[in-house]
Amino acid sequence: MKAEEKMKEDYKYGFVTDIETEDFPKGVNEEIVRLLSARKNEPEWLLEFRLKGLRQWQKMEHPKWQYCEVPPIDFQALTYYAKPKAKKTVDSLNEIDPELLETFEKLGIPLTEQKRLMGVAVDAVFDSVSVGTTHQEDLEKVGVIFCSISEAVQKHPELVKKYLGTVVPGADNYYAALNCAVFSDGSFVYIPPGVKCPLDLSTYFRINAKDTGQFERTLIIADKGSYVNYLEGCTAPQRDENQLHAAIVELITLDDAEIKYSTVQNWFAGDKAGKGGIFNFVTKRGHCVGKNSKISWTQVEAGSAITWKYPSCVLLGENSVGSFYSVALTNHFMQADTGTKMIHVGKNTRSTIISKGISAEKSNNVYRGLVKIMPSATGARNYSQCDSMLIGDQCGAHTFPTIDVKNDSAVVEHEATTSKISADQIFYLRSRGFTQEKAVSLIVNGFCKDVFKTLPLEFSVEAVKLIEMKLENSVG
Amino acid sequence: MLEVKNLTAQVEGSEILKGINLTVKAGEIHAIMGPNGSGKSTLSKVIAGHPSYEVTGGSVSFDVNRKAVDLLELEPDVRAKEGVFLGFQYPVEIPGVSNVDFLREAFNEVCAHQGLEKLDDAQFKTLVREKLKLLDMDERFLDRDVNAGFSGGEKKKNEILQMALLNPRLALLDETDSGLDIDALRIVAKGVNAIKSRYNAIILVTHYQRLLDLIVPDYVHVLYKGRIIKSGDKSLALELEKKGYDWLIAEAEGKH
Repeated sequence: MKAEEKMKEDYKYGFVTDIETEDFPKGVNEEIVRLLSARKNEPEWLLEFRLKGLRQWQKMEHPKWQYCEVPPIDFQALTYYAKPKAKKTVDSLNEIDPELLETFEKLGIPLTEQKRLMGVAVDAVFDSVSVGTTHQEDLEKVGVIFCSISEAVQKHPELVKKYLGTVVPGADNYYAALNCAVFSDGSFVYIPPGVKCPLDLSTYFRINAKDTGQFERTLIIADKGSYVNYLEGCTAPQRDENQLHAAIVELITLDDAEIKYSTVQNWFAGDKAGKGGIFNFVTKRGHCVGKNSKISWTQVEAGSAITWKYPSCVLLGENSVGSFYSVALTNHFMQADTGTKMIHVGKNTRSTIISKGISAEKSNNVYRGLVKIMPSATGARNYSQCDSMLIGDQCGAHTFPTIDVKNDSAVVEHEATTSKISADQIFYLRSRGFTQEKAVSLIVNGFCKDVFKTLPLEFSVEAVKLIEMKLENSVG
Repeated sequence: MLEVKNLTAQVEGSEILKGINLTVKAGEIHAIMGPNGSGKSTLSKVIAGHPSYEVTGGSVSFDVNRKAVDLLELEPDVRAKEGVFLGFQYPVEIPGVSNVDFLREAFNEVCAHQGLEKLDDAQFKTLVREKLKLLDMDERFLDRDVNAGFSGGEKKKNEILQMALLNPRLALLDETDSGLDIDALRIVAKGVNAIKSRYNAIILVTHYQRLLDLIVPDYVHVLYKGRIIKSGDKSLALELEKKGYDWLIAEAEGKH
């Protein structure tokens, strides 16, 4: 096989869709933000929200505390809005550009009826806009709102206005502020009281256009006693330049509600020499507002040149529960700085953190976490387990846990291990008939089991395959 | 079936095997004995293909479909698929991988290679239950992670269970008896005797006559400083039990 073909096999989502996008000027400033807001026909309050974000961002400096090297980014050279040129207004999926549909089919994300049989509703975001959401009718019957956030702004402004920015405010961090100013699209979910969402909801993000930043924003509200299982997947074409992805996800659970949020992130990670790849700078956070409410994050981070994200839970309601299950795999020259924050505010709040980092080749993998027990959080409990696995001797694994306890009744446990796949482990498996690759994948999958078992079946199969594929060429 | 000729091997620059000659035919049981550090474990690891040992000379040929192939040319997993099995002295733990999944996958890898039909989960369960019974092992064994938290005896039994499932043509058992109490030893011997047939061969690396009381060898070889210094039948082991190795070593050193 030619080296080039092999490369393509390494990242099979690396193709580019040849599709026209609407022109939009490069750079970011007040004029651009106004233009963006006007293009999207947004209400005045949202323009204000954006401008506030912009002003905050302009006052901020690029953060320096991360344990990875971020090359300087020229924010004025990026385009902040890339909309596939629609041939006409899209009313139903049948009217979506066939090129786009084909792209999603190629990615294994059929937006058509097949998906319904699998019990998943999909929102597909291509570059800056949502190109189609399936099964809206089925969901509407039970009162579930699942649409692009742009549509929600038009159709359900009261909900968006009430919750947008309440979990991740613009002033939160550099990229959150930028996202507030220029977010283009994303998904919106509202589950009404007492409703268990009949379908799993899924958003699929695809960056296609060149020199474009993707700034999506997801907002999920689970009203009292409701439940939703939400899945997120991401891919991008293989390009030599780095591309920026700076998203925000906000989750809100009211009394007795539960959100399960799973991500399989496979953005293009750059090539073997470390050229290209996505900068994935994401702020994900949930507020367990109501009593007995639950938020669970599961992530499989296997792509991006640089990943920098900490899906977190603020446990406000009494007896609320937060969990974070993570597998972060880095190879080639990838850098991942990821982890979580569990902020215990309410009484008897509980949190669990299970983090598995795998580093191969010349990559760097960091777990960074904060467990904070506020004075009000009587009876709070946390259990954290952070395990790192090294493959080869040129990679790095680092752990930066912070524990801050301000209430004496809290119980906080932290366990951490670092291991190396040993030659003896591999030989043991090989002497039982497993190939080198299979042996490594068996060991790695065993290592990740506690996380994979929290994923929905379909996703967990995909995650296992993804890890196998990534490691195929990383193990000598 | 197995023909080892003038085999030399080193690890990290020091030569451990200094010219081993060994012929094993189907249906035979060979015992390899010798003082610590004589190269017994190295020999079995080299035959199985451990990457840390570098073969510096000689050959190992193994019959595959009645044709002799150069075993040293094959990857360790291919050797396993062709019917070479190494029972480890120190079985390795694989956390997070359930024993039953591991056993089934290994079984099916070997089946696929040999052109046999893979078993589905239910069929495999039936087969594995049969083998567990033979080895007097608890079924709960299957749901635990591979060797993780197993006692020394359990690990060794797990090796024998794997051997019984994979049904190798050449089984190398590296000090499977060490660290076993007498009951566990009996079970291990039962397992070995059960798979023994005129189509396969077994090489036992051991220090103790007590294993050879239960598994009677056709040949006994004494390894010392990387060479076989004496071969004989089962009576040689009994003699060693009585007299130790010193007389043999003196004899061998005298020759050089």
